Amino acid sequence: MSDKILMGRYIQLESVIHQLDPRTKLMATFYFILIVFLADNLLAYGVLLGLILLAVFLSDIPIGFFLNGLKPMFWIIFFTVIFQVLFTQGGTVYFQLGPMMITSLGLMNGLYIFLRLFLIIMMSTILTLTTAPLELTDGIEHLMRPLTKLGFPSHEVALMLSIALRYVPTLLDEAQTIMNAQRARGVEFDEGSIMDRMKAIIPILVPLFISAFNRAEELATAMEARGYQGAEGRTKYRQLAYGKNDLFALTLLGIVTVLILFLRFY
Amino acid sequence: MAVPITFENVGFTYQPNTPFEVKVLENINLSLPEGKVTAIIGHTGSGKSTLIQHLNVLLKPTKGKVWIDGREISANSDNKQLKSLRKKIGVVFQFPESQLFEETIIKDVMFGPMNFGIEEEEAERIAKEKLALVGIDEELFERSPFDLSGGQMRRVAIAGVLALEPEVLVLDEPTAGLDPKGQFQMLEMFMELQRKKGLTLVLVTHQMDDVAQYADQVVVMEKGQIVKQGKPIEIFADPTWLKEKQLGLPTTLEFLEQLNSALPYDLYQYIEEIPLTVNQLSASIFKLSKLPKV
Repeated sequence: MSDKILMGRYIQLESVIHQLDPRTKLMATFYFILIVFLADNLLAYGVLLGLILLAVFLSDIPIGFFLNGLKPMFWIIFFTVIFQVLFTQGGTVYFQLGPMMITSLGLMNGLYIFLRLFLIIMMSTILTLTTAPLELTDGIEHLMRPLTKLGFPSHEVALMLSIALRYVPTLLDEAQTIMNAQRARGVEFDEGSIMDRMKAIIPILVPLFISAFNRAEELATAMEARGYQGAEGRTKYRQLAYGKNDLFALTLLGIVTVLILFLRFY
Repeated sequence: MAVPITFENVGFTYQPNTPFEVKVLENINLSLPEGKVTAIIGHTGSGKSTLIQHLNVLLKPTKGKVWIDGREISANSDNKQLKSLRKKIGVVFQFPESQLFEETIIKDVMFGPMNFGIEEEEAERIAKEKLALVGIDEELFERSPFDLSGGQMRRVAIAGVLALEPEVLVLDEPTAGLDPKGQFQMLEMFMELQRKKGLTLVLVTHQMDDVAQYADQVVVMEKGQIVKQGKPIEIFADPTWLKEKQLGLPTTLEFLEQLNSALPYDLYQYIEEIPLTVNQLSASIFKLSKLPKV
């Protein structure tokens, strides 16, 4: 099951997009999500779609791969679009049944919702597929740094994030191992009533928590033994640096913004 | 007490048809001699652990067939039919102490049998018997498994697998991380059980001494394939080949190798059979020496 979910995975390649500074990619993703909501006509969506296609092309990851990754999201998108289509009033009425009707405005809205969801999911998938988890946390830490002045513990948050990300695969492996061990002792995870299935989770959950506690304790001891004392006075091993391509990417986003604003207001 | 297990051209691939595809097993043909000890050795990542997950159908082969107790298991076999097989094949995974979860030790050991429909009293009787077998004191039975030391937790977890009363016992590095005395006791316990009940035993290990001492059949794996299969004597007959495969020698052979390189002539021509245990080694050396007989 978890094999099929693409979000949150990272594929190591050497593409232009991979080599962008993680801060650029983070900012671009958030910014992109904002301008998706600014767009209000087909032409503007066309521009955004073009941008996404360009990014996919530059990422060296085949597009079929992205579309496959969208499959688990299919039902969510489908339901949202259907509701949008059936319950929006206005414009020419093509079909009516009680409170449900299909109108020209409804169809338009449905299409927009679909495009928005598609664009946002694609963009965030590009972000996670092309950025290693550690780079992401580095980027987040940097971007949050201004908040330190307001008393926000940006280093601690970033540390927790990077440790959490680092342990996701380890814990997944461990969960798998424990699951196997319990299956070998006769636990069935995909059989019986909902109650039975929920009960079958306990023999996984308890050992997993216990091992997480033990791991945390060991990690804390190991960190202290290596002289970790918190944020103050630390230097950085991985230095982030903006390059020429980052400038291009941000400029491109700027141009796209101008285009979209132009299409919206003129 | 016979559960024949045969692998027929088995291949296994993780996440097939995705970019994350990893081929782990290829072309495995193997049959486990019933009531005997089979040792599986190989470099880390050679597919040993994946192979043993096929033994009790935690994984199904993506290619080929596995025959367990007369039942054919291939990629399309239905999961629901397989539970009864799991009772016959007990698996002790690496670091089995991570599978403990119940409030008390005894309940944890009873957990397995009760999953396979054994009545509570009967399960308790079995649990007590197995806990005694692995050397856990009766006064500990009502304690939480998390109060125990690492070695004791290991014993409880092993008792939990033995409580299924399996006919095939699979051990994936059962002694890793134990102290020397604990390692010895644990293996001796398994081997005695094997002899007494005529179990088919599969041992995955990096300890060549254990392989030399206990195994009837050795399977050498490399990169997901079986590269050699035979009696310990046949496997250990070629030290250079073993070193190529990044495998060690039993201590006895290590000693002979060193002795041989210190001598001006080839020692092996005077030795009739390769000594695999300390007893055999001392016997061979005794035969060689020109000491006066006592």
